[in-house]
Amino acid sequence: MTILKGRALRATATAVMLAVFGAPAMAVELFYVSGAVGNAVENFKTLVKPWEEATGNTVTLVPMPASTTDQFGQYRLWLAAGATDIDLYQTDVIWAPQLADHFVDLTEAAKDLAPTHFPSIIESQTVNGKLVALPIFTDAPALYYRKDLLDKYGKTPPKTWAELTETAQFIQDAERKEGKTDLWGFVWQGNAYEGLTADALEWIKSYGGGQIVEPDGTISVNNPNAVAALEMAKSWVGTISPEGVLAYQEEESRGVWQTGNAVFMRNWPYAYGLGNGEDSAVKGLFGVTTLPVGKEGDTSAATLGGWNVAVSKYSTKQEAAISLALYLAGPEAQKQRAIAESNLPTIVALYDDPDIAAAQPIIPQWKDVFLNAVPRPSAPTLGKYNEVSAKFWSAVHDTLSGNGTAAENLELLEADLTDLKGSGW
Amino acid sequence: MATKDGGISLSRQRQRAAFWFLAPMLAALFLVAAWPLLRTIWFSLTDTLLSDLYGGEWIGFNNYLSIRTLESGRVIYRGTLVDPAWWNAVWNTVRFAFVSVLFETLLGLIVALVLNAEFKGRGLVRAAILIPWAIPTIVSAKMWAWMLNDQFGIINDMMLNLGLIDQKIAWTASVDTAMYAVLMVDIWKTTPFMALLILAGLQMVPRDIYEAARLDGINPVRVFFKITLPLIRPALAVAIIFRMLDALRIFDLVYVLTPNSAATKTMSVISRENMIDFDKFAYGAAQSTLLFAIIAIFVSLYIWLGKVDLSGEGQR
Repeated sequence: MTILKGRALRATATAVMLAVFGAPAMAVELFYVSGAVGNAVENFKTLVKPWEEATGNTVTLVPMPASTTDQFGQYRLWLAAGATDIDLYQTDVIWAPQLADHFVDLTEAAKDLAPTHFPSIIESQTVNGKLVALPIFTDAPALYYRKDLLDKYGKTPPKTWAELTETAQFIQDAERKEGKTDLWGFVWQGNAYEGLTADALEWIKSYGGGQIVEPDGTISVNNPNAVAALEMAKSWVGTISPEGVLAYQEEESRGVWQTGNAVFMRNWPYAYGLGNGEDSAVKGLFGVTTLPVGKEGDTSAATLGGWNVAVSKYSTKQEAAISLALYLAGPEAQKQRAIAESNLPTIVALYDDPDIAAAQPIIPQWKDVFLNAVPRPSAPTLGKYNEVSAKFWSAVHDTLSGNGTAAENLELLEADLTDLKGSGW
Repeated sequence: MATKDGGISLSRQRQRAAFWFLAPMLAALFLVAAWPLLRTIWFSLTDTLLSDLYGGEWIGFNNYLSIRTLESGRVIYRGTLVDPAWWNAVWNTVRFAFVSVLFETLLGLIVALVLNAEFKGRGLVRAAILIPWAIPTIVSAKMWAWMLNDQFGIINDMMLNLGLIDQKIAWTASVDTAMYAVLMVDIWKTTPFMALLILAGLQMVPRDIYEAARLDGINPVRVFFKITLPLIRPALAVAIIFRMLDALRIFDLVYVLTPNSAATKTMSVISRENMIDFDKFAYGAAQSTLLFAIIAIFVSLYIWLGKVDLSGEGQR
């Protein structure tokens, strides 16, 4: 914060000097805070350069740790204190309802831009008619499969979870007989954290078991389909998935996958580029498809992820900040991000963009995955989402690690959520 | 040096001077220890939210325990004191603190006895043994997390090759082994600290007592229990109190090493989760206050029991 203050002071000093000596336009310095992953920090400078040149303003990126939970804690503290140091926040798709009060309503400013985005994403960032943040890129997981192994045993990418289980078990057994003792059928994210909420929501939703809390606020999680989905996932642990999957986050499962030790993996798009990197054991050997379904006729479900930009209500430079938010969420910046960082655009038209298709051939293919995206119940549960999510992932983690059956744990969860909901979310 | 204002004795004067020398420290202690503590206790009696830190209103002890009678006549209890998650965390913490301090004391004592002996390169060994203690906990937790990883971890690899296990174990993931993993890393990390404190105690023991014992032909085991142990007892007691305080507020190791499951969640972890993640700042403050109370009770109990023992009639 001292550095920030120092910068803010310097910015103020600059502003004073400009005022005294008469500047052509009031150029301001904005502060943008974001989790720093991969090449995002370097790319950010290139990304905002056109905007800086057009407006004369400057932007400084304040990098934060990659863990969204850690970012959320820090942002909540800053916003609760009404900190004026930060003008724009890069926010996770699930945060909008919890932080809505601290951000500026962008409905009016983005009235031309918003309709070009996927409606479901705009909806996820709208709280009580207030557009809290503008989407800058999105995320939706898919099923990664090893083409070479499926071909070797004459199998096709699975359509249902039962098929996946069977194929994974078959290939795992066969390959282990040939001496590949480290090979596993399926890796995913089973650690007790936000990621497990995403994984388990996909199983339940694709089994026709609803989405934990429905958009109207009804608690729907305790139903036979959800029980069946969790029992199925439980059967994987120790058979086609290593027992350690219960401590895996994204990177641990990618580790097993990218060293060539898994037939299937559930993961986000970032693993695609890395899996095709020079040091990858599975380079060119895998494909991606939509996640399986419970039974024929059900629809596949992929949990909606993604990042947005929000303007702080406490910013003293809101006009410039809103202009930057519009630029970052606009087609020019999203295209640049898609090409340089393989981030999925949220503007529908960019999926047919020939430049993006040439640089990142996977992005147009992801549109199918993405059309099946299901939001986590962050909108109906408002400020209580984190607690709902924590209770849900705990119930799922307990079930997976054999601490009670799915039916028992979901019944308890329903009771806990009802208590939490009280007279209303 | 008798002066005309002989009314104020020299000792009074010195006391006054001492107070002024101590005043800055007292002020600093009040600011960094007493004020946050009082503030936390105050928060725990309100309904403060993290998103609205100054808007909390007084609700008495409802965060600890509230009893409400519903219209149907059913009585419901709410609050930390009837929250099973909280008592699970208390049990985890107490279990962790007891086992880790016990092992750290025993191992630390052994290490200290070895280091107290004269041998070549003793200085180097003393420095080397401190390394685990010198590594920041976050770093060592992450390091151990990779060593204990079920698929790529070196520990599973070594044990498989030695034939100790026939299948890779998911150390930090499985509910059966997660607590052992935390205990193991904590003992690895903190034994050097105990060894150092005990070693300081050992070096205070006068050498001539040992010589006298040797002349009298008393066997070493008896020497240890009759001479060494009673003489280092004060140092040992201080070391155990320090460790107990530390162990009861364990946070970082659990947070980084294991999944966020009920098997290893401790009091600090659950209190932070309520304060920051769940926006229930006052509820988390109530849990912090209880954590403080539990630590205070443990330490007073220990000091009290220790005193009874020390001033026992056998020694007078």
